[in-house]
Amino acid sequence: MTLLISLFAAIISTAVWYKNAPKSQMKTGVLCWLFWGSSLMWFVDAVFEYAELKAEYFNPTPAEMLNDLFLGLSVVALGLLVWIVILLISDPKCVIKDKLTKKDDE
Amino acid sequence: MACFIATAVEAAVVTVIEKRVEKKEIEKVHLDAENTKSNKLPLGQKIKWLRNLLLGGSFLLAFEHIWHGEVVPYFPFLTAAANAEDRLQMLKEMALVGGGMMLLVTAVWGLMLLVSHMIEKRGQEENTAEE
Repeated sequence: MTLLISLFAAIISTAVWYKNAPKSQMKTGVLCWLFWGSSLMWFVDAVFEYAELKAEYFNPTPAEMLNDLFLGLSVVALGLLVWIVILLISDPKCVIKDKLTKKDDE
Repeated sequence: MACFIATAVEAAVVTVIEKRVEKKEIEKVHLDAENTKSNKLPLGQKIKWLRNLLLGGSFLLAFEHIWHGEVVPYFPFLTAAANAEDRLQMLKEMALVGGGMMLLVTAVWGLMLLVSHMIEKRGQEENTAEE
């Protein structure tokens, strides 16, 4: 479940990045690296887990699924949080800088 | 148990290599002005792709380990490192799963290099055909 959610997040963020590339200043590339990197790593994790559990891997209990769902959503939230912090700190459109300097002028 | 440590270590090594390559490339550009005319992406930029994949993945995987209680904010930081039996299991997992992750991410990066090389080559051929 976590792998699936992360993979969907990677595909969506890549589509958004591609749609706005190359002029976009929104730094959506950060999201692509985060979600693709983790998707690849969780894929390896899933392969090893499958080798150990065999068919049982595809039959998780509802409690396990719920936990994985929460984890997947939390991972996406954390990824988005990292992205927004990087975006605001780098401030590519100088929105924050302009706002602060305007205040100084007044 | 701690598979993300393997990829995080690779990310650190790749970062060091990237900084060195970038430094050399900057020196080369200063020495040879013709390099600036090349439309090829610098190697340092391509190494950055691998670093970003490794760092991004390791970061979110570390969060997963915190979620599962495998990483704790007190010594020895990894719950599996508390006793010898679990420690052995952890090292085995780091080598197997972590090694697999390192291999897959590096292989995907290799594929990205191959595709970008083909695109760059096609672009150069188109440029020379136009001239």
